[in-house]
Amino acid sequence: MKPLQRTYRGARAASGPLLYLEGARNVCLGEWVAIEVPGQPARRGQVIDAGERVTVIQVLEETLGLPPARAEVTLTGETATTVVGRELLGRAFTGTGSPADGLPGPVGEAIRPIWGAPMNPSRRQRPSDFIETGVSAIDGMNTLVRGQKLPVFSGSGLPGLELASQIVENARAPRGEAFAVIFVAIGITARETHAFLDRFERSGAMERSILYLNEARDPTIERLLAPRVALTQAEFLAFEAGMHVLVVMADITHYCEALREIATAREEIPGRRGYPGYMYTDLAGIFERAGIIAGREGSVTQIPILTMPDDDITHPIPDLTGYITEGQLVLSRDLHRRGVFPPLDVLPSLSRLMNAGIGPGKTAPEHREWANQLYAVYTRGREARTMVSIVGEAGLGESDRRALEFAERFEREFVDQGERRRSIEETLEVGWALLETLPREDLLRISDQVWEARRARREAP
Amino acid sequence: MDQAFGRLVDGTELSLVQHWPVRRPRPVAERLPGDRPLVTGQRVFDLLFPVAEGGSVAVPGGFGTGKTVIEQSLAKFAAAQIVVYVGCGERGNEMAEVLTEFPRLTDPHTGRSVMDRTVLVVNTSNMPVAAREASVYLGITVAEFYRDMGYTVAVMADSLSRWAEALREIGARLQEMPGEEGYPTYLGNRMGKFYERSGRVVAQGRPERTGALTFISAISPPGGDFSEPVTQASLRVAGALWALDATLAHQRQFPAVDWETSYTLYADATAPWFADAAGKDWTHLRRDILELLQRERELREIAGLIGAEALQDADRLVLEAAAVVREAVLGQNAYDPNDAVSPLGKTYRLAFLARSLYESARDALRAGVPFEALDLGPARHTLVVARYAPPEELEAAFARVEAAIDALRAAGSEVTAEAPPSAREPPFAPEPLPVLESPPERRADA
Ligand SMILES: Nc1ncnc2c1ncn2[C@@H]1O[C@H](COP(=O)(O)OP(=O)(O)OP(=O)(O)O)[C@@H](O)[C@H]1O
Ligand SMILES: [Mg+2]
Repeated sequence: MKPLQRTYRGARAASGPLLYLEGARNVCLGEWVAIEVPGQPARRGQVIDAGERVTVIQVLEETLGLPPARAEVTLTGETATTVVGRELLGRAFTGTGSPADGLPGPVGEAIRPIWGAPMNPSRRQRPSDFIETGVSAIDGMNTLVRGQKLPVFSGSGLPGLELASQIVENARAPRGEAFAVIFVAIGITARETHAFLDRFERSGAMERSILYLNEARDPTIERLLAPRVALTQAEFLAFEAGMHVLVVMADITHYCEALREIATAREEIPGRRGYPGYMYTDLAGIFERAGIIAGREGSVTQIPILTMPDDDITHPIPDLTGYITEGQLVLSRDLHRRGVFPPLDVLPSLSRLMNAGIGPGKTAPEHREWANQLYAVYTRGREARTMVSIVGEAGLGESDRRALEFAERFEREFVDQGERRRSIEETLEVGWALLETLPREDLLRISDQVWEARRARREAP
Repeated sequence: MDQAFGRLVDGTELSLVQHWPVRRPRPVAERLPGDRPLVTGQRVFDLLFPVAEGGSVAVPGGFGTGKTVIEQSLAKFAAAQIVVYVGCGERGNEMAEVLTEFPRLTDPHTGRSVMDRTVLVVNTSNMPVAAREASVYLGITVAEFYRDMGYTVAVMADSLSRWAEALREIGARLQEMPGEEGYPTYLGNRMGKFYERSGRVVAQGRPERTGALTFISAISPPGGDFSEPVTQASLRVAGALWALDATLAHQRQFPAVDWETSYTLYADATAPWFADAAGKDWTHLRRDILELLQRERELREIAGLIGAEALQDADRLVLEAAAVVREAVLGQNAYDPNDAVSPLGKTYRLAFLARSLYESARDALRAGVPFEALDLGPARHTLVVARYAPPEELEAAFARVEAAIDALRAAGSEVTAEAPPSAREPPFAPEPLPVLESPPERRADA
């Protein structure tokens, strides 16, 4: 059945990206709109407010030069949907899902509304499969598991995207299961997109991937659609085609700014720093789409990347994200300046699902104790470093001095690994080697049992 | 079950189902003072910041500070007969975790599955906002229902901030006049009303039943800043504050409870019960531990200025001892099978031994042993690992700590034998201690 189309001649007013239409009936929130002005290129829009008298339409294209009175506005009766299917693999699309690679639009296997439906919590399966990213600070200290949402908190000029592409390059499905990568560019520059894709192409993973590109020059409102279009496709691949899908989204900060821009245009009451009060709910609508459904094959894992404005982790964007996601990987400007790659600060970083993904049969039986111990000494070393900056090294006690030295080496030898990929065994080994520079009395988090087992293994030929 | 099985003369139908408007508190016959603690199984709370049965606690903390882990640990291990867990606007996977894990756990108090005593009210962050607003009320009403049957009920709400935000979103859509930070002006009032629904009460009706509803609520302050409206409104009504600190969490010191900001108004009322159940000098022990931590806080500030090496020996010992208290007593690993829950007897013993360690070392210093010669290592090591000992090995682990402390004490007396005895205080004589007693007995009317 063809959806009901209604055309109205002349809109009431236009302001910023918004067009106000009067007298429209039976309008649907989220409905697509076509806007024609004689002699101008066609425009598209979406209903963002279906009031009793006035319908507010967010126009995707430039509104400069749009004469509202002469516009012919067609409500299409369609809400945002997208074509999904396996044949989309290997292709590139815009943020709304139109082809961006010059090829014809896909026929696909189904057409789906992009808003998704909340997964019933009782149908979720708890994620617990270890993903080896090859990055020690992640695999060892903040382990990623399938079905997790684990964002990268970057800062301007910090290599958030590089880290993400390194993860993607390494994080293949371990047992040769079907996997796919979806990359969503949200308001980033073409240069950033290329930097990401370059590396990606080199790894030959292109035919297992789909790109949804909304770059800085593309319409703002598409930034709000791009992640949803992409996740709709991800859900199809995961839960209907049985694939393990990794979704990388960059940059969530641009997404949130688009959200703010539109809220302002709608004259809503702004919340913290001008961002709308419903931003938590809105972001949750994206991030909660990661997961595994009991009884189905695949999984959706998300690695969103965001830029902390002014490196401020309490800014609403990282703050609300951290309240929704299952941990965060925090990049440090200090480590970056010192040439450490990836410049991951393990202290504020966290993987809440780590415990489910490590241990016997997954990584190593002693993984938890080993990580606890590294955290404990490194923390002590970092405190000692702060102390030194005030009172000088002479003020330190013996074990603080050892911890200080440890922290330096931890950053240089464990965190800093450049482009090299490390297996989980190598990661554990590097950590052990560092721990073993310390006397046993500094290592109280390691039980006698683990300590002895380690000794036995080392002394075995 | 909702079929009527009888009819009163006035036409009212009787059935086995009760309907109750969730926003209205269920009436009670009498409100009682709370003098029994809700034993949580978490050392830092039972020892330092106890909550009474029928009390209320606010648990604010930035993201990743451990609110959910605390709420879930309490839901698993606290000595309540019924637990209502409200997942309000939080993660779907956390609810999946509860649903997979709880049925497998055994309630130590009854031997049955933990799930059998749990009611879950779930509204995740991606579900409708209006339902989120109602979910907390629903949880409390269900809890009141069990309270009225004479049970000890605990309600965990995670997180109240999401409820308040739902209120704000709904208010904005109704175009109400916004108050502070966009929240409706009646926010404080509404919050006060449901905190007030906690309490220990005599239920209406016969036979006489006392029940208690304890309310423990996580709060997610934006930016981890406690000055925001939801935290502040909670503090006005809650009887205890368990403040979580991001720095401690980043250092993986869990539970990341900031013992300087946290407080409880229930300590005095519950002290006699603890003294009775755990150990006669419970109150002293608690005070001594708090003092040690307080002293550490002051010394750290000084040490930050002049360096730890420049402190006096007695003060350096305070820093060492406080570190042991934090590591061996207050720290608790929710993922360790032997440490996740701490029976009161274990909590008491660990705290007691930590204090003995400090006092013996202090006496040795006073007797003239130089700080450098003081070998705290064995005592510290044995104490720190004791918390991970399986129940059947716990006594042996404690014995090792005692032996190590005895050695410290002996070091002191050796010196004293040569030095004038005036500098010495009598060693602290540990009274015979209760070992792991079974958890507090159930109330007879349960
Ligand atoms: N007692 C504990 N023992 C061991 N680890 C803990 C403990 N408490 C917290 N953690 C660690 O901290 C992480 C975050 O805890 P939790 O999920 O409870 O935070 P939260 O305060 O609820 O955060 P949010 O507000 O984002 O929901 C856990 O995943 C776990 O790794
Ligand atoms: Mg939580």
